[in-house]
Amino acid sequence: MQQIFNFIFKNSILLLFLLLLGISLSLVFQSHYYHRSRAVTSANAISGYTYEKINDVEQYFSLKEQNDKLATENATLKQLLYNSQDTIDIPIIQKPQGLDNFTVIQSKVISNSYNNYENYLTINSGTNDGVKPDMGVVSSLGVVGIIENTSKNYATVISILNLKFKLDAKIKDSNHFGTLKWDAKNTGYAQLTEVPRLASVKKGDTIVTGGRSVIFPENIPIGKIENIFRDTKTNYYTLSVRLFNDMTNLDHVYIIENKDLQEIRDLEARTGDE
Amino acid sequence: MNSTVIGNISRFVLLMAAQILVFNKMELFGYTAFPYILYILLFPVNGNKAVLLITAFFLGLTQDIFLNTSGPHAAACVCLAYFRPAFFRFSFGISYEYQTIRINDRLTPERFSFILISVVTHHLILYLLELLRFSLIIGTLIRTVATTAFTLILCITIIYLIKPGKQ
Repeated sequence: MQQIFNFIFKNSILLLFLLLLGISLSLVFQSHYYHRSRAVTSANAISGYTYEKINDVEQYFSLKEQNDKLATENATLKQLLYNSQDTIDIPIIQKPQGLDNFTVIQSKVISNSYNNYENYLTINSGTNDGVKPDMGVVSSLGVVGIIENTSKNYATVISILNLKFKLDAKIKDSNHFGTLKWDAKNTGYAQLTEVPRLASVKKGDTIVTGGRSVIFPENIPIGKIENIFRDTKTNYYTLSVRLFNDMTNLDHVYIIENKDLQEIRDLEARTGDE
Repeated sequence: MNSTVIGNISRFVLLMAAQILVFNKMELFGYTAFPYILYILLFPVNGNKAVLLITAFFLGLTQDIFLNTSGPHAAACVCLAYFRPAFFRFSFGISYEYQTIRINDRLTPERFSFILISVVTHHLILYLLELLRFSLIIGTLIRTVATTAFTLILCITIIYLIKPGKQ
């Protein structure tokens, strides 16, 4: 017993070092395997508050630009509104209440990273505003990311520019599906992989979210095809997609909640069990 | 509370604030620098090792929280804090504890080699952990070299800026 105590006293620094190293390494690998429950995120009161205060100052630098963006978006929406008046003769189908699938929450990016392999955004709405993990985040131009962690007033978003990010997307005109990923090379581009060779693709085609995604509604714009690569082994196309969003400069974003998400997930889990 | 403790605490807070407010947002050719590890380098040579280890862990963890990276900074900081005496011995000779080493003074080859080996170790561990997870070898190597150079330049500049004036 005496010897054990002696050993502990003699090597206390080494043991402390190993303990702290063990904790930090377990944080690293825990986030690798269970990435929906990371312990260390900036969605907490202290870092969220700090980022919000920093953003309070920073937002003035891009105020004019953000105003222009919102005005452009308003103009687009107005155009939609005026042009749909012709269809007034068509009887409106009254849906029973509670059948609207999607609700939209307005929010603001307070911190944005884009030069790592796993990039995250921090936004200033959390569970108090009804934000939950696995909701989609879009800006006026297109898809931004998916909510990962939430606290009371803040949430972190997995950005498109993240190696963990995967999204079901399709080519707008031909309806051929693929998986959108990022290859960690350029902040302006993402890759649409596993597009079948049957698909007729050409440069400049628009890529939108697909109908198989339960997180995003269908037909939200993502980007334009910039380059087409043919995989010789697998008979699939890999398309280089130029994103509509400038991911390095984001401010106002919208969070989309799919009300049926839980039901769909439950159903899928039950089907998988059997 | 003596002046060393107050000095350490204020260094911790100031370096962390500078890292979060300025250096995390500053980028050169798309790479950021991490001069916050100066806290570990400037910790008193004969200071309590356990205190250094624990504060280094929380230093790294704070950076991890703000960067949304989970863990690598904490691991790298703890390793750097643990191997610091070995680096002192390597750079200043075997009898370093009896000399009065001041890191924040004129840049001599010994001081430079100490700062260099510390920064390289920290960044190597940081990106080794990244490499284990993503296996993008060439990209990670380029990042390590670029960030190391950037951090080294910033560390030396900061030491020069805060070095106490000669009496």
